[in-house]
Amino acid sequence: MELNQLYSEIILEHYQNSPNKKKMDDADIEEKGHNPLCGDTITIYLKMDGDIIKDASFTGQGCAISQASTSMLIDLVKGKKLDEAKKLIQEFTDMLYKRDVDLDDLGDAQALSGVADFPARVKCALLPWKTLEEVMEEKEEGK
Amino acid sequence: MEKIIDARKIREDFPILKVRPYGKSLIYFDNAATTQKPESVIKAIDDYYSGMNANVYRSAHYLSGVATNAYEEARNRVAKFINAGSENTIIFTRNATESINLVAYTWAMDNINEGDEIILTVAEHHSNILPWQMVADRKGAKLRYVYLNEDSRLDMASYKDMLNSRVKLVAVQHVSNVLGIINPVEEITEMAHKVGAKVLIDGAQSVPHMRVDVRKIGCDFFAFSGHKMMGPMGIGILYVKKELLNSVPPFLRGGEMIDEVYEDRATFAVPPLKFEAGTPNVEGAVGLSAAIEYIEGIGLDNIHSHEAELTQYALEKMREIDFVDIYGPRDMRDRGGVISFNVADIHPHDVSTILDQDGIAIRSGHHCALPLMRYLDVPATCRASFYIYNDMDEVDVFIDSLKNVRKWFKWS
Repeated sequence: MELNQLYSEIILEHYQNSPNKKKMDDADIEEKGHNPLCGDTITIYLKMDGDIIKDASFTGQGCAISQASTSMLIDLVKGKKLDEAKKLIQEFTDMLYKRDVDLDDLGDAQALSGVADFPARVKCALLPWKTLEEVMEEKEEGK
Repeated sequence: MEKIIDARKIREDFPILKVRPYGKSLIYFDNAATTQKPESVIKAIDDYYSGMNANVYRSAHYLSGVATNAYEEARNRVAKFINAGSENTIIFTRNATESINLVAYTWAMDNINEGDEIILTVAEHHSNILPWQMVADRKGAKLRYVYLNEDSRLDMASYKDMLNSRVKLVAVQHVSNVLGIINPVEEITEMAHKVGAKVLIDGAQSVPHMRVDVRKIGCDFFAFSGHKMMGPMGIGILYVKKELLNSVPPFLRGGEMIDEVYEDRATFAVPPLKFEAGTPNVEGAVGLSAAIEYIEGIGLDNIHSHEAELTQYALEKMREIDFVDIYGPRDMRDRGGVISFNVADIHPHDVSTILDQDGIAIRSGHHCALPLMRYLDVPATCRASFYIYNDMDEVDVFIDSLKNVRKWFKWS
């Protein structure tokens, strides 16, 4: 794994120019994620229509990997049912732990597969996915 | 006559510095986090287990005597190293964090009461903040913070204004693990004592790098750890001023720290054993003793001037790079070998990952100093910190790598 794969065009594009990075004033769900060891912070905003994520966006501050990963996650889950999003979270997590997994569903987020070779950075990439997972767990507990 | 440190030669004493990350020469600039260990320290630990190991103080057999002697010799060496006077003032703990917690849970819980004040500085490591938050919470005491002046040094004028008879403790770091500032601890202690407050100094970042004389400082408590001074992990020190030793209640309770035990009560051993419940880290103490021997062989004044030279050189080179922001004082007066910085538009973790590919180990993050990060208004910083095995050639490689960081982000 080389650095130019870790900081590839697609990752830098999501980091530097993400259209998903904006506050959503009328969000139904607002979930904060924080990586206490490195200080990365994100907030994920979701607009729900029943079980479907109608719209999503994020704000945050952190390294290229955490912010690009969040932007990619937002791209992926827009219009998806919560169950489908849950499956994507599992697939993404498996990818970062180098488990055998079909990457086709992951879209741009496949570009983060190389992070698996940088163990210190895996938690950066996982932050938004874990944060969304928490939303789901809270929803399930609330049911 | 000043001896100049030959870092290249010193590196030969450190087996780990032969590790080649990604095929590159290792440049270890993360010494404020932990330092590497010379062969002599590794060998001392090996020798301990190969020829001395037994439980200390307890048994009448040969090995127990050898192990007890080794442990007590280590205590003696530590006492001399910081000029503590009596070795009874030296308590072995796990690390500086435990040393500070010991004072918080014992002396402070007995002596700090509702309405009392504890003075800290905004640059403290979490280990010198959280124990006092606990004491303040439980006892209804108030925490007060000294902030920095425009030169990133402690604002002594505001410290002076804060002192009053309600202040029972001043807990302050000797050297900042983020800014590298060396605080005037003698003056701080003298001022605190005038209002009757006790003083705890966190010396984790000073003892490895400069001559420290705890009796000259005059402080009541002094904490530091072995692993930041080439000793092993898991051994820390708490110095308690002799006059206070007997009045500080025990911390952990159990074996080794007793005088007499009945079914419903116990009396305690005399200090320092009173504070060392359970089987201690003899291996750690022996390793630390070897580390002190190694440091003394090089000389703390030499270490300090070597680091000052490196820091000044690195600061000059870094200032020439216009996209690098440096935190901390601009001049070298009372400044240790720690440089915190940021690269414009690039998060410290990304900087660290990119330098790592060139074999350069720096720290990135909040350095366990979140109040300071907030005060500086940065989410995190990069940090390079030097020790005896670093040299200017390594700084040059670091500077070249730093100049290239932005290219990875297509920002030239």
